[in-house]
Amino acid sequence: MNVIEVNNLSKGYGKVKALDSISFSVKRSELFGLIGPDGAGKTTLFRLLTTLINPDEGSATVDGLDIIKDYRKIRSRVGYMPGRFSLYPDLTVEENLAFFAAIFGVKVKDSYDLVAPIYKQIEPFRKRQAHNLSGGMKQKLALSCALIHHPSVLFLDEPTTGIDAVSRSELWDMLKNLKEKGITILVSTPYMDEAFLCDRIALCNEGRILGIDTPQGIIEQFDSKLFEVRADNMFALLEAARQVEGVAECYPFGQAHHLVADDNFNMYRFKEQLGTFSNLTITPTEPTIEDVFINLMKQ
Amino acid sequence: MPCQWMKFFVCWPAMRKEENKVMRNNLFALVKKESLHILRDKRTMLIVILILVVLIVLFRFAITTEVNNVNVALVATDRTNGVNDAVNRIAHNDYFTFCGYINQDEIDQQLRSGKVSAVIVFAPDFDRRMEQINAGLPSTPIIQLIVDASNVNSAGAATAYMQEILLGTESQQAMFETRMLFNPQMKSAYNFVPGIMGLIFILVCAMMTSVSIVREKEVGTMEVLLVSPMRPTKVFFAKMIPYFVISCVVLIIILLLSYYLLHVPMSGGVWGIFSMSLLYVLLSLSLGLLVSIVVKTQVAALLLSGMVMMLPMLLLSGMLFPIENFPKFFEVLSNVVPARWYIEGIRKMMIQGSPFVAVWKEFTILLGMTVLFFGMSLLKFNDKLE
Repeated sequence: MNVIEVNNLSKGYGKVKALDSISFSVKRSELFGLIGPDGAGKTTLFRLLTTLINPDEGSATVDGLDIIKDYRKIRSRVGYMPGRFSLYPDLTVEENLAFFAAIFGVKVKDSYDLVAPIYKQIEPFRKRQAHNLSGGMKQKLALSCALIHHPSVLFLDEPTTGIDAVSRSELWDMLKNLKEKGITILVSTPYMDEAFLCDRIALCNEGRILGIDTPQGIIEQFDSKLFEVRADNMFALLEAARQVEGVAECYPFGQAHHLVADDNFNMYRFKEQLGTFSNLTITPTEPTIEDVFINLMKQ
Repeated sequence: MPCQWMKFFVCWPAMRKEENKVMRNNLFALVKKESLHILRDKRTMLIVILILVVLIVLFRFAITTEVNNVNVALVATDRTNGVNDAVNRIAHNDYFTFCGYINQDEIDQQLRSGKVSAVIVFAPDFDRRMEQINAGLPSTPIIQLIVDASNVNSAGAATAYMQEILLGTESQQAMFETRMLFNPQMKSAYNFVPGIMGLIFILVCAMMTSVSIVREKEVGTMEVLLVSPMRPTKVFFAKMIPYFVISCVVLIIILLLSYYLLHVPMSGGVWGIFSMSLLYVLLSLSLGLLVSIVVKTQVAALLLSGMVMMLPMLLLSGMLFPIENFPKFFEVLSNVVPARWYIEGIRKMMIQGSPFVAVWKEFTILLGMTVLFFGMSLLKFNDKLE
């Protein structure tokens, strides 16, 4: 059964189309990732699904409930963690948790089992006001507050943005645990390397979904050969490589450039033609999610 | 089927009770959270208390139009019984300081140097002409008041009060008779206490409520609150409760200060004043709610409630300037300023000593405005983000 079902959903702000007729579905107990840069429409999608705003066109259901008609029912069933820290900075850790428990009409101790693995980590600081917490601790508190009422669906908008690497991996471990407890999770992130931590992902850009699949399936969509090229003068290399016959794409990728080859490409001829570059190396490499994303974006 | 229905009816009261309990807990949690916000935001609290103190001190000691320590000199060629009698009355009055007798040619110099603010000149045949007046015969003026009018307000007040004292009981047969009712000494406290009350409640209720609701929008907690089974209207009502309590405390403080420190009479009954003020507090709270629904940022909320509401309130409420003196346009405009009606009503009850029944018109207008603002906020209210 699909817990989230989105059909041709569109939402615009003035002339800008934040979401342009997108469709996808998320199964029960699935960890579904929305991956895309800022401005891809991720936050708008979250606000639509958490019934904070109404769509211009299209429809969607969450847990079988329509986001327009049944928005009140949806609100008591989902947990939502917005992109920026949205707890009360002047309340302490335990006051925040108690408050969110109260507005959902539950007691902290009744839901403690679900929250405990996360909350235990910040419990030593329970008397500290939320604005004095570190970024990672803030996110753990926000997640605890979003979970306190046993939601069936969890919406996390960029939970790992702006926190350190250790906290990031801790957070993903927590999400995995929650998934095993039967909670459906929709999470967004601008970091491509986090894609592999999801069951399925949707690559999005400028209000459209470029592809939906498992992370492995997404990578398998990449059917061209990929090379990594380096030389001393990287900037000139980028321009020169693009002129060579058989090069479909060449773009900066970390410390090196990635080169997408078409059928006419010949590695030896490439080396010969760019012989003027000192320390030129070209080696075949495996595509990453980012390569797929860049290529889907250019199509 | 009938069995299930039975079960429903049997269980219904229990279910309702359970539901009510959850609701009460909800509300309690909200009020507690709101009170914590207020208690932890020490700076804002300090500012409000400071404003209250500054307003009272300022109006009590600095901005005063009452007659106090007016230095008076006398010119009298014959110190007859009548003159001595009048002099006694001036000298024994707390509001005037008797500075002795001077000569006719010294008047100008004394007033210019600022040694005295008023000079009373008695006619040479004061006693005889006083008798004439008392006998009902026509007479030319027998007392001349020369007053330093560089401060128009205090000069006017002093003149009026001096006339009152000098003519005294013998004024019964005089040309006309002036009596300053309710506030014969023209104490400005009587004027500013209702005014301050009109201001302070708008400040505490409207401004602080609107800022605190808008803060939730700005910080982003509104988003999380909306995605919960809690109706946001309830969140807002819960916000009003602590401010309502604060306003009640402030109200009691002001009333105590006014009665014991400033000796405002409150002859119309404390309960009438209290209920009128509570209604005004509710009105300010609804006004704050309305502001918070219209604006998106804390700065805008401050500007709207501070500048757009406070300024007209100060200028158009009749607190500083009499409404009767306004040009027609502003006179009409002042009708929509809630503080105008509140201040008028409170003045009637506090100083004139009218009973609560006498302010039914003001009370009804304020009630109408409260319902209007509250209804507008409920209509405008939207439990979505846009």
